[in-house]
Amino acid sequence: MDFLSILSIFVMACFVGYYVVWSVTPALHTPLMAVTNAISSVIIVGALIASAAVGIGGSGAASKWLGLLAVVFASINIFGGFAVTARMLAMYKKKVR
Amino acid sequence: MHEGLPVNPWAALAYLIAGICFILALRGLSSPVSSQRGNRFGMAGMTIAVVTTLVTHYPMVAGAIDTTTAIEILIAIGIGAAIGILTARRIAMTDMPQLVAAFHSLVGLAAVLVACSAFLNPAAFGIVDAAGHILTVSRIEMGLGVAIGAITFSGSVIAFLKLNGNMGGKPIMLPGRHVLNLAVLAGILALIAYFTQDQSGWVFWTVTGLSFSIGFLLIIPIGGADMPVVVSMLNSYSGWAAAAMGFTLHNTAMIITGALVGSSGAILSYIMCRAMNRSFISVIAGGFGAVADTSGGEAKEQRPWKRGSAEDAAFLMQQANQVIIVPGYGMAVAQAQHALREMGDILKKEGVSVKYAIHPVAGRMPGHMNVLLAEANVPYDEVFELEDINGEFAQTDVAFVIGANDVTNPAAKTDKSSPIYGMPVLDVEKAKTVLFVKRSMGGVGYAGVDNDVFYMDNTMMLLADAKKMVEEIVKAMAH
Repeated sequence: MDFLSILSIFVMACFVGYYVVWSVTPALHTPLMAVTNAISSVIIVGALIASAAVGIGGSGAASKWLGLLAVVFASINIFGGFAVTARMLAMYKKKVR
Repeated sequence: MHEGLPVNPWAALAYLIAGICFILALRGLSSPVSSQRGNRFGMAGMTIAVVTTLVTHYPMVAGAIDTTTAIEILIAIGIGAAIGILTARRIAMTDMPQLVAAFHSLVGLAAVLVACSAFLNPAAFGIVDAAGHILTVSRIEMGLGVAIGAITFSGSVIAFLKLNGNMGGKPIMLPGRHVLNLAVLAGILALIAYFTQDQSGWVFWTVTGLSFSIGFLLIIPIGGADMPVVVSMLNSYSGWAAAAMGFTLHNTAMIITGALVGSSGAILSYIMCRAMNRSFISVIAGGFGAVADTSGGEAKEQRPWKRGSAEDAAFLMQQANQVIIVPGYGMAVAQAQHALREMGDILKKEGVSVKYAIHPVAGRMPGHMNVLLAEANVPYDEVFELEDINGEFAQTDVAFVIGANDVTNPAAKTDKSSPIYGMPVLDVEKAKTVLFVKRSMGGVGYAGVDNDVFYMDNTMMLLADAKKMVEEIVKAMAH
């Protein structure tokens, strides 16, 4: 993909984000932050590529270990973020009539 | 133009689907009813993204799968999963702001590490040209990615320390910090520009180091009262960091997510700033809450106020038609939410209408108070936002303020010299009676200003620990 198509996706996604986030009810702003935390850890994709790559020489090995470390951090966020969001959302209950 | 690694169309499609799942995850949060389904969309999107990456980028050695590396990757995921799930289960809801700050720092750190490994082994990411140099566009993206990631990391660490109480909430003011900060920022941008000409290691590592330091410098002067804005802002940064890395990797899932998270944090920062009537720039410039302390001391004349007992409060509320409860961070600190819900239940049984009024900056992060009330089993349809309930105070018999202060201060509407002038506040003083639970008369809110509500004829001060006071009221109601 060339730079311009990527930029187009990015700009469109910013607009989508703008409208979607304004529609989030203020009562759920804390879960919103927790879940955005979890999904921004999609950066794990880059970490996995780095970990799996065959490196050349010393910098290749360093690159792999940095990638593995990033996998650990991103996984903490992914599992922790989704789990804590689920825990919070399960608390929101309607009035029992 | 160089195209990077050949794009597998199926993988590209899968990443796009993952991105759409993330949009649906946020969309689900428009109502508590659809929110849990939304969260499952998020998990599905993440699974798709991770599995696609593992399938298309599995480690190879001499034409066969490199099992050692594959196992190492799975162990890394396992370690992260264990830490993440344990933390998520154990964390107290009061500590949510710290947890979110800690999570932000990890996103930032992961972005830095990915950018570093991309710099060390660019061929693996398909960002080298025929001569083996890193592509110019990729250098800018990498530079920005590592810079935003590092700022997110170090800024979030400071925010975490402040929220967790390891570091005082008071702003720390370095002399000449504005000049210093601007100089460092300019230095980072200049070095990223130079990085396009010279891909030596020192340029990249200096950008990384400077960005770590600017993160610390930017957050240190910001006081505790502004933490909701800071947490939201760092949320935004973590998104932009992910987007920058998405540009480097040509990955749509990362770009869509980065844009979503970036806008989300930016909108939340805006909502928080508006709720405090502060401009974003003045929050970033820092120092709020440092000067206010000295000005509070001078005009301390003794004004008469009324003290009430738990029995008085119980009687007043039981006679009322409608009670509006205004909780603030003090309620969370005292862990009074469960006792408060019990009090509400008794009142409802006796036919009193009970509502909760939430100011956007009550608590330490957006929506914090709502989560705490939900945890105490307060139904979410009894909890109202400022603009939805403010008109009702005039027809309300009792406003029960617990652990909140600045957000009820009428000076915000009348006193132009007040540091909180212009901030939208809850009109508690319009209720027939105001019951104000507070630890003592001495303490002032975050903004360090006195509150006229304390001294009104229709106000009764209930001076005690919030939780103890509510428990005593509940006891008195039972009699």
